Amino acid sequence: MIASRRHMIAATLAGGTLLPAIARGEIFASGYHPQASLIADGVWLVRGADEAIDFTNGGAIANAVLIATDTGTVLIDPGPSLAYGKALAALSRNVTGMDVARVYITHLHPDHSFGAGAFDPAIVHALPATRHDLESEGSGFSDAMYRMLADWMAGTHVAIPQGDVAPGEATFGGRSFEIYAMDGHSNGDLVILDKATGTLIGGDLLFHDRAPATPHADIARWLTALDRLEGIAHKLLVPGHGPPDSDGTSIAQTRDWLTWLHDSLHDAVLTGKDMTEAGAMAIPTRFADLKVARYELQRSVSHYYPKLEAQLLPRID
Amino acid sequence: MRIYRAILPAMALIALPAMARESLPADPLQSPMWDYHGAKIFGDDKVVFDDRVKVILPVIAEDQHVVPVTVDARALEGVQRIVVFADLNPIPVAIDYRPLHAAPFVATRIKLDQRTPVRAAVQLADGTWHVAGGWIDAAGGGCSAPPVSRVRGDWADHLGEMRGAGWADSSGTRLRFGFRHPMDTGLVENIPAYNIETLQISDADGEELAAMTIYGSVAEDPAFTLEVEGKGGPVSIAARDTGGLEFSGRIAPASGSNPKP
Repeated sequence: MIASRRHMIAATLAGGTLLPAIARGEIFASGYHPQASLIADGVWLVRGADEAIDFTNGGAIANAVLIATDTGTVLIDPGPSLAYGKALAALSRNVTGMDVARVYITHLHPDHSFGAGAFDPAIVHALPATRHDLESEGSGFSDAMYRMLADWMAGTHVAIPQGDVAPGEATFGGRSFEIYAMDGHSNGDLVILDKATGTLIGGDLLFHDRAPATPHADIARWLTALDRLEGIAHKLLVPGHGPPDSDGTSIAQTRDWLTWLHDSLHDAVLTGKDMTEAGAMAIPTRFADLKVARYELQRSVSHYYPKLEAQLLPRID
Repeated sequence: MRIYRAILPAMALIALPAMARESLPADPLQSPMWDYHGAKIFGDDKVVFDDRVKVILPVIAEDQHVVPVTVDARALEGVQRIVVFADLNPIPVAIDYRPLHAAPFVATRIKLDQRTPVRAAVQLADGTWHVAGGWIDAAGGGCSAPPVSRVRGDWADHLGEMRGAGWADSSGTRLRFGFRHPMDTGLVENIPAYNIETLQISDADGEELAAMTIYGSVAEDPAFTLEVEGKGGPVSIAARDTGGLEFSGRIAPASGSNPKP
């Protein structure tokens, strides 16, 4: 057995099924280089890659927003890791000339929340539901992130937000925000309107040209949240993933995908498809421009299918 | 491990010195466990890799406790058995399916404990095994974390509840059904192994249409999709678990609410 175990190790190394160590090293050595682009007066968007979390992108797939105020930068969503949070802190000094003075986390998912460790916990704020869910699920996320991202995650720990956000008007550093507590993508989805510019930051309630992710989603509540978002006067929408949007496309796309997903999964169960067939179903051509659509469809099949079968198939015993 | 018990008598009939095992082809997936499982599962039977065996895996094992696997060997004639196994799982074999009067097609969900090849080995009437599969990445703990119903504490309240439906068409009847069962692997502290281990599908006359041996690496609340011959009468499903409990249900062939896809 000892001899064959050595064989196994050799075979694994020779397998070539993982990214070669040298290639991984080169990707990692290049580090994070977040770029800020001005999207409104005093508001910068830091775009994430419109991809799945992967070693090649260091998990930097979510959008972050920097907003200049008199007392420092407001950062919304500090990204996937300690190193990314630090890179955003440096970027803040470059673009606003000030340190980050307040961090908002829109929801629990690690691609948005795990960079919080780069900041004083006292300035990191989130909805109570988000803090609660990070306390229970954070360590599981951490295991998954370290497994996928390895050294990109060095030093990252689950940083629990210390400040509770309440809905309503909030003023920070002379800048006025309207805070909304929604849910649907997760149990707590923070939405922030920068009143001066009409920039509405929707977190992962909004996906734009990128298929929505549903690991903690309640589709009915999410659709309700989209209706609420549509009713808030704004000039620009910032989705959690994908490019900014000035004409409401991200609301319509997210609603369209979620409605199609819900109906299609019901239909798949009722017409006798198994999970594999549901994951392979045709994606309508109107979603052709949505990145990672097949990947997110198969994730959603995993999130919903067994529950739908329990709900829709009759008892036979 | 139980599958090996079933295979060993067959191997004994054609017992050869261990040295004679030279027919196992090199593994295109370069699995570290190929030789080991090959010897255990195939004995001295002839083995070929064959793309006509379709093993369909998702692009991502989103939940390592519930990973869908579909095996479609309908391109082959005379299929006797379909064995689904994951090389690097602590319980490698998931199911051993015998489609007696059924299409060589099966879909189920399995647990994965790490990145691993997942394969189907399809045995034809001449004894040859036709093998296909692929690597799938997965987080750890699929087999070594407690099932959801154990954590929730309600597993016993729903044990053995069955749901399902049938969709008939010109080629036969598609059956989709599942059981509430924790499918404990025995690899979780203080929870002994406890899983459904046999499954039989029979027609209205009591003739056996298909049979399956099931192992602890099949996902909690095991679910199956099969395609059996005939569309005339109801189909009976009978299962037994390692505690000796028996579960049974009946599916009418057109009980699915829409036409078969």
